[in-house]
Amino acid sequence: MIRDITLGQYFSGESLIHKLDPRVKIIGTMLFIIELFIVDNFLGFLVAAVALGTVIAISKVPLSYIVRGLKPILFILFFTFALNIFMIQGEVIWQWKFLHITKEGINVAVFMAIRLFLLIIGSSLLTLCTRPISLTDGIERLLSPFKKIGLPSHEIAMMMTIALRFIPTLLEETDKIMKAQQARGADFESGNLIQRAKSLIPILVPLFISAFRIAQDLAMAMEARCYRGGENRTRMNEMKFKRRDYMAFALQTLFLGIIILEARLF
Amino acid sequence: MENIITIENLVFQYLRDEDGDTVQALKGVNLEIKKGSFTAIIGKNGSGKSTLAKNLNGLLLPTEGVVYVNGYDTKDYDHVWDIRQTAGMVFQNPDNQLVSAIVEDDVAFGPENLGIEPEEIRRRVNKALKDVNMGQFKKKAPHFLSGGQKQRVAIAGVVAMKPECIIFDEPTAMLDPKGRKEIMAIIDELHSEGITVILITHFMEEAVRADRVIIMHEGHVLLDGEPENVFEEEELIRSVNLDVPLMVQIGAKLRAKGINVPLNIITEEEMVDFICQYK
Repeated sequence: MIRDITLGQYFSGESLIHKLDPRVKIIGTMLFIIELFIVDNFLGFLVAAVALGTVIAISKVPLSYIVRGLKPILFILFFTFALNIFMIQGEVIWQWKFLHITKEGINVAVFMAIRLFLLIIGSSLLTLCTRPISLTDGIERLLSPFKKIGLPSHEIAMMMTIALRFIPTLLEETDKIMKAQQARGADFESGNLIQRAKSLIPILVPLFISAFRIAQDLAMAMEARCYRGGENRTRMNEMKFKRRDYMAFALQTLFLGIIILEARLF
Repeated sequence: MENIITIENLVFQYLRDEDGDTVQALKGVNLEIKKGSFTAIIGKNGSGKSTLAKNLNGLLLPTEGVVYVNGYDTKDYDHVWDIRQTAGMVFQNPDNQLVSAIVEDDVAFGPENLGIEPEEIRRRVNKALKDVNMGQFKKKAPHFLSGGQKQRVAIAGVVAMKPECIIFDEPTAMLDPKGRKEIMAIIDELHSEGITVILITHFMEEAVRADRVIIMHEGHVLLDGEPENVFEEEELIRSVNLDVPLMVQIGAKLRAKGINVPLNIITEEEMVDFICQYK
């Protein structure tokens, strides 16, 4: 049912990757993305893939689970592949009317597909192994140095926390409103695309109103519990770098070095 | 005994619509709440009981008159956080007052706002969750809990702030009978531990547990006193479309039949005891 949906796509586990400080994982993921853009040959991708495979193996997230997460993005993958293969000019090896495939096209298409593939798996591993709440905590801490230039890091993290908390509540609300409208004879299934989009209005309007009401209630409840922004606020779960976090950080830096070196040499 | 809350001639005005029409929700309320007491405030919808509750911890500020909490004026912005820490509040809708997607993080929210040390927060969170029998749900997400369980988490969130007084604003209105019973048991427990309880409700049966009952009507205090005295005024209570508790009704009917039921019998247990000992 609607309340059983998993948020983000967290795969609960107790592995070393799960236990790492969220900040290390966020930085690591960002580094990995940058590395994928530094790489300019297939050997580099092989190195990156082996590294990613090792991390997946340590994380104990089943491969099938990761692949399932890829499905929605498969279309983009094919789309870019097709674009690249047909659009790149060069030595023609196959032609049909206006379509042509070039040697360079194949090369670039495969190259880009691998890059995208690794990119998506690498970043989904972050959400698979990190609880959404620790992720927002990590983002808050990572952004906190930018507070000096006026970035409201605490507020951003608080908004994300509340959004995560209220996704199921709003889904339930939507469910309730839909049933109420269906009981009054609303029809959400028939008609063409435009008619169906129009039939959503009687759901969206009450949903917005109730979202505002919830926001008002919540704001009052938060004030009653002495919420006054991030100033002087402490955290129950303090984030402290442990030995494993430093080790992971060292490995990430080492890996960045390898990738740069590889791109230079070959 | 010392007063924890003193209300002097409290008037509160709402701005109803864009035309600038105002509505007086409270029309001059004077009350004193003693430390450690259990006060029930009853009234119909629109009687001003919820507005009164929100005036008790500075969520709403009086249009006229003064509210003192532990000696601090609620209008005094320097002490508003002391006031809210002293007088915690549990709201009606269990869904709309939980902040975090994990139970224990939500309970920690209040103490975190107070700037308490992490180890102390951890201790308080564990204790508060144990007090409301929710210890085993620590790591759960609120949307997997029942209404009563969510409300228990909300109470734990307030208890963890160590308030001297807790204001319950119709905490059971959205719960099923089972959840209602659980919440009332917890409220009794908190009161016995020395916390001042102010219970806003429209269930008469919940009010009989209090040691003081205040009945609100159209922004005024209609009746104020010990439950047995207040419920003697059956006609006055009925005239404002409220019911008296079932046991008071039964008592009155038995008296009409010539059975001499004492007027101070207002709870089920008392009535059962009386009937069993009746000769």
